[in-house]
Amino acid sequence: MTEWLKDVEPLTLKGQIAVPYSWWVGDTGSRFLMSLRDDRKILGTECPSCGTVFVPPRKNCGRCFVDIDQWVEVAAEGVIEAHTIVHYAYPVQPVKPPFAYALIRLDGTDVGFLHLIRKDLDKIKNGLRVKAKFKEERTGSILDIDSFELI
Amino acid sequence: MDNAAIVGVAQTKYERRKKDQILADLVFDVTQAALDDAGLAIGDIDSVVTVSNDFFDGRTISGMAVGDAAGGEDKNISTVSGDGTFGAFYGLMRVLSGYKATIVVAHYKGSEGSVPITTNGMFDPIFQRPLGIDAISAAALQANAYMTRFGIREEDVAQVSVKNHGNAKNNPCAQLPMDITVTDVMKSRKIAAPLKLLDCCPISDGAAAIIIANEEIAARTKKKPVWVKGVAHCCEEYLLGDRRLSDPVALKDAARRAYAMAGITDPMAQIDVAEVLEPFSYMEPLWLEGLGFCKPGEGASLIEKGITPMGGRLPVNPSGGALSANPILVAGLARLIEATLQVRGEAGARQVKNAATALAHGFNGPCGQSHCVWIVGGKK
Repeated sequence: MTEWLKDVEPLTLKGQIAVPYSWWVGDTGSRFLMSLRDDRKILGTECPSCGTVFVPPRKNCGRCFVDIDQWVEVAAEGVIEAHTIVHYAYPVQPVKPPFAYALIRLDGTDVGFLHLIRKDLDKIKNGLRVKAKFKEERTGSILDIDSFELI
Repeated sequence: MDNAAIVGVAQTKYERRKKDQILADLVFDVTQAALDDAGLAIGDIDSVVTVSNDFFDGRTISGMAVGDAAGGEDKNISTVSGDGTFGAFYGLMRVLSGYKATIVVAHYKGSEGSVPITTNGMFDPIFQRPLGIDAISAAALQANAYMTRFGIREEDVAQVSVKNHGNAKNNPCAQLPMDITVTDVMKSRKIAAPLKLLDCCPISDGAAAIIIANEEIAARTKKKPVWVKGVAHCCEEYLLGDRRLSDPVALKDAARRAYAMAGITDPMAQIDVAEVLEPFSYMEPLWLEGLGFCKPGEGASLIEKGITPMGGRLPVNPSGGALSANPILVAGLARLIEATLQVRGEAGARQVKNAATALAHGFNGPCGQSHCVWIVGGKK
């Protein structure tokens, strides 16, 4: 470091960028989130070519490069494929640690669905079954599912 | 492919906070140092690639802020918003398309922003970002998937941290040279299971530069040119749940194509040293599996077998790797610079004897969504 700066406190300029966005959810995402909000049901889409059932639903399959228009209702429960218990806190987390993230293979789907597990953290293992717990007040958000709970 | 060579390299010391230098200062220093290293003047450079990320820098079109410092005034400049190995790839393409010499500069100051908030921003804003997931918790999911699948113990991956922090003692640019034990790693603070503090990279400040040139320029540089023998990159799916996190298919594909270009059929026999991007300890064995140095699930045993420490058949991360300094984006370019220094025989106390062919690796995106593999050597 430059010699003279060692004798003083170097200056910093505090700043924050807060830009408002309105991300259009699109027709596929909107149907998925409205179904969570209005019916407490989880919807996926099924690729007509490879048969993969995606959740969250996709409008097209990146693997086959084709459009998808087949909707399927998938189970609100499934199996933990991977998980981590989070011990550090930062402002964007929706709940206070410790909590867990899990990739959950919902019954009837072919991909992992990322969500939270908030209870029974000491009992979580890959391979265990979990079930979605919906919030009472729902707004059309991925967080309309409060979390998943061990069955 | 026409011949192209790495003819100049430079990196700053990596530190937690560089209080006396703004980003452009760092870039200016490494640009000058890379030119000195090559014995070239700024007038010899006809193309500039900067590597930066607007979110990290807190300004849009962040590359423009360092263009002057990279000697880009009166030249064309492009910016790669991704790991430095991808910036170098773009720099190489410039040379292959007719430019004589491209300088690639990467900069990063982790001390100025927020890594979790910024890396949360790489996830889908509708389905994933509201969950608060960031690079660390995503990596922890991958570590869990990988280690559970193959029955790898936390103590096994802790050895990577012990090895790489120890190697860092031989690297004057490293931020965290440390003598630690597996017990130290195991007892360090829990971050996101199975990752503990010493399984995770530090937050770093720093910059690096590399000059890639055609044969005409390479014939008159100060240092022995290090030739690009093979290079490839490949990407896989965006959403974590769509991928099999314990199987790095994009890396396998990039490695296969880079090896084919370089004429490598048996990587363990033909590659003398590897520098891989491992901001988390479990990544080193997982990437070594993807690179074909061993079978899936066997990567974590390479240290115990004496293969990847210094003096082994394939020393991995003699520099200390990203666990010992992780200026994001710069870190991949640092791997390529370290590979270059090894081939030159200029790696000092971290030199691998008779290193003729070296591998450098970098990745972009959570859990290595996209990988770039370089093979460099001393002969054309």
